[in-house]
Amino acid sequence: MTIDFTFKIGGEAGQGLQSIGYALSKAFAKGGLYVFLNQDYESRIRGGHTFVQVRVRNEPVYTLSEEVNMLIALNKETIDLHKNELVKSGAIIFDGDKIPIKAEDSYYSVPLEKLALEKGGSKIMINTVATGAAMGMLDYDFNLLADVLSEEFGRKGKDVVESNVKAARAGYDYAKENYRGKYDFTIRSLGSSKRMFLNGGEAISTGVIVAGCKFMAGYPMTPTSPILEFFASKARDYNLVFVQSEDELAAINMVIGAGYVGVRAMTATAGDGFALMVEGLGQAGMTETPIVAVVGQRPGPAVGLPTRTSQADLLFMIRAGNDEFPRAVFTPGTIEDAFWLTIKAFNIAEKYQIPVIILIDQHLADSYRTVDRFDLSKVKIERGEILSEEQIRAMGLYNYKRHQFTESGVSPRAIPGTPGCLVVTDADEHNEEGHIIEDAETRTKMVLKRLKKFEGVKKEMEPPKIYGPEDAKITLIGWGSTYGAIREAVDTLRKVGIDVNMLYINVVWPFPKDEISSVLSKAEMSFVIENNATGQLAYLIKSETGREVNEKILKFDGRPFSPTHIVKEVKEKVKG
Amino acid sequence: MVTLKDYEGGPTAWCPGCGNFSILLAVKRALVEMNLEPYQVLIVSGIGQAGKLPHYMRCNTLNALHGRDVPEAIGAKLANHELKVIAVGGDGDGYGEGGNHFTHAILRNIDITYIVHDNQIYGLTKGQASPTSDKGFVTKTTPEGVISLPFNPIALAISLGATFVSRGFAGEVDHLVELIKKAVQHKGFALVDVLQPCVTFNKLNTWEWYRKRVYKLESIDYDPTDRTLAFQKAFEWGDKIPIGVIYKSDRPTFDEQIPALKYGTLVKQKIDPLACEKILDEFM
Repeated sequence: MTIDFTFKIGGEAGQGLQSIGYALSKAFAKGGLYVFLNQDYESRIRGGHTFVQVRVRNEPVYTLSEEVNMLIALNKETIDLHKNELVKSGAIIFDGDKIPIKAEDSYYSVPLEKLALEKGGSKIMINTVATGAAMGMLDYDFNLLADVLSEEFGRKGKDVVESNVKAARAGYDYAKENYRGKYDFTIRSLGSSKRMFLNGGEAISTGVIVAGCKFMAGYPMTPTSPILEFFASKARDYNLVFVQSEDELAAINMVIGAGYVGVRAMTATAGDGFALMVEGLGQAGMTETPIVAVVGQRPGPAVGLPTRTSQADLLFMIRAGNDEFPRAVFTPGTIEDAFWLTIKAFNIAEKYQIPVIILIDQHLADSYRTVDRFDLSKVKIERGEILSEEQIRAMGLYNYKRHQFTESGVSPRAIPGTPGCLVVTDADEHNEEGHIIEDAETRTKMVLKRLKKFEGVKKEMEPPKIYGPEDAKITLIGWGSTYGAIREAVDTLRKVGIDVNMLYINVVWPFPKDEISSVLSKAEMSFVIENNATGQLAYLIKSETGREVNEKILKFDGRPFSPTHIVKEVKEKVKG
Repeated sequence: MVTLKDYEGGPTAWCPGCGNFSILLAVKRALVEMNLEPYQVLIVSGIGQAGKLPHYMRCNTLNALHGRDVPEAIGAKLANHELKVIAVGGDGDGYGEGGNHFTHAILRNIDITYIVHDNQIYGLTKGQASPTSDKGFVTKTTPEGVISLPFNPIALAISLGATFVSRGFAGEVDHLVELIKKAVQHKGFALVDVLQPCVTFNKLNTWEWYRKRVYKLESIDYDPTDRTLAFQKAFEWGDKIPIGVIYKSDRPTFDEQIPALKYGTLVKQKIDPLACEKILDEFM
């Protein structure tokens, strides 16, 4: 039996919607099902309207669905706003004691507050009761939910676990006893699973520590604050140093200081936080200091919509900084890429002594998915050439030159503090020793030396991946978090006989010029799909390959794409 | 034995008679007298004539952006706390562009030394007012005279809980050598604000002007651990200007309170991906 079931949990900020979504997801993931969770929230701590969507399938799921099977409404506004998204046989779970609506078809009242007080002992448990009720409606294995609650509340003690399990059970029993039969959709566990359930921010955070990053400085900013918090929370266990800096300028400059000394170091911020870091990016370029910056896009300009999603900083990342210097910009669109490209970012940063940007967005950072456990035995740490004390001695005392001219443009690094060598570098133009200069000849050679490194960087990159048949007539091109929506749109369109594939760009700089040019030369029609208003990727493709993309599907309202949106637009354009 | 020759650097681009020469000499002499080898020292400098200082000697050097020498010094110190890290910049660099970093470095009490060449003028950009220019001072950008009050780094540092606050004078090299040594040996953030004439652009605060006014706190009965007294000295500016250690106190440094650094320097920590399986378990 095919399962493709979406929950939408809505209410005010502060009502614990995330815990409902998370508990449901984990319980399904434990039962071997595939889950995708995305969040929509406002820039406020309490009140407003916010929702979480959980999509459950019996096969891998990469994106959200616009069709809602079960709406869990913690306030009336949720019903008003979202009842039209409900499928025909869908269900709305709500507390009839609190929301005075006649329980017609599709409306299933559960006394959430009453049960929370009676069985859990507190109103706080309303969300736990609701979680239980949703599971009861579907006749899902309660033990899997109980396991999740034990894990989640285990740290808070046995009593808290027990009252939560009781509250969930009360909701579960109430729904099952009163509504099973009338509501007959069932989700069954597919057996135990060895999958992880995490979001893009967590995948990057994990990659950061696995990659051996030991120093992070940052100034909190949505959507990347959780990356800072994760690193700080692991500092004791993994011997890491986290500094919450006074501002973004300090953050990137602290990272440069640590990178100069030879420690893998990074910062994380949002697009407009990165605007403050741009000068530091240039300093890393000039002093050839390896650094990594995670930039989470949100709509701008300036502060924009702080908690929402966007892909409008692509050209900014590629060009940020005065003058010219090599850099890499990675644009992961899946949980797996978020993890593996983070490790690669540190390798490339160190091997080529350049800044590497990991460009994500709120949608990727905050959306969870079930994925196979990362195989850490496959992780490769490549630090480039770092001279040992013996090698330094063999060079002769104080002969080391930090910016020595070489064939590849990459000069071997030395660790400051190593006896017999001095590591000298400068934000001013400098000579091989690293000392400030003015002469035209050295200047010219140094610019070319730095740019030369980019040739090496290019060779390290894998070509962008194609999903679907190589020779499809229509190609949908995306980068970053649109991966899931485009992928599913490709599946849907192919089912109705439209010959389409996807070109997914997860490294946007160095730009995969030849590969994209080749794909475009084969396709009869091409689309870019981007969360910005001008089609920045289309612009880049044009300027790098000379080829024009036929159509742009753009969305810049701060909300992520759904597959249905893409399918609809492609169909219209293909017909026209 | 380390000698001055070990620290000898290339030719300078400073104006003849500039106060920077004596600060450079004092830095070198202090490092020699502490028997520190050049490889054990990292100077992180900013932009301005002061920022060029490490290029004219020999040691590990990170010449940073304007005003960002302090955060880069902090990152470097945390990455290898065994290095002697000295940040060097001018008054515009540290008190203007880097003012926010200056205050937070003090609050953290990170174990670095911060030497500020304070000449009350912008030299590199050829003669505009600086944060420490006196009120009424006429420069190219302040033809009617400076309107703001001058930045008082000494009073600010004391008020924020700095653990070592001192002022030197480029005309008193022996005294400055002792100050720099004390600052480097101090555990915690140590400020050495150095009064220094700009012979080209500052025609008010000249060698003569300073010589008439400065006096050494060591020559009077003065207790630098008395915070109230220190505040009084911080505001003494006019006919008499005190130099020496103005305030000194003890509190744990930022670096020694970080658990990870108890197991050695960060730069020597091993990278071991397989030790991270436990993190993955959290997501199962």
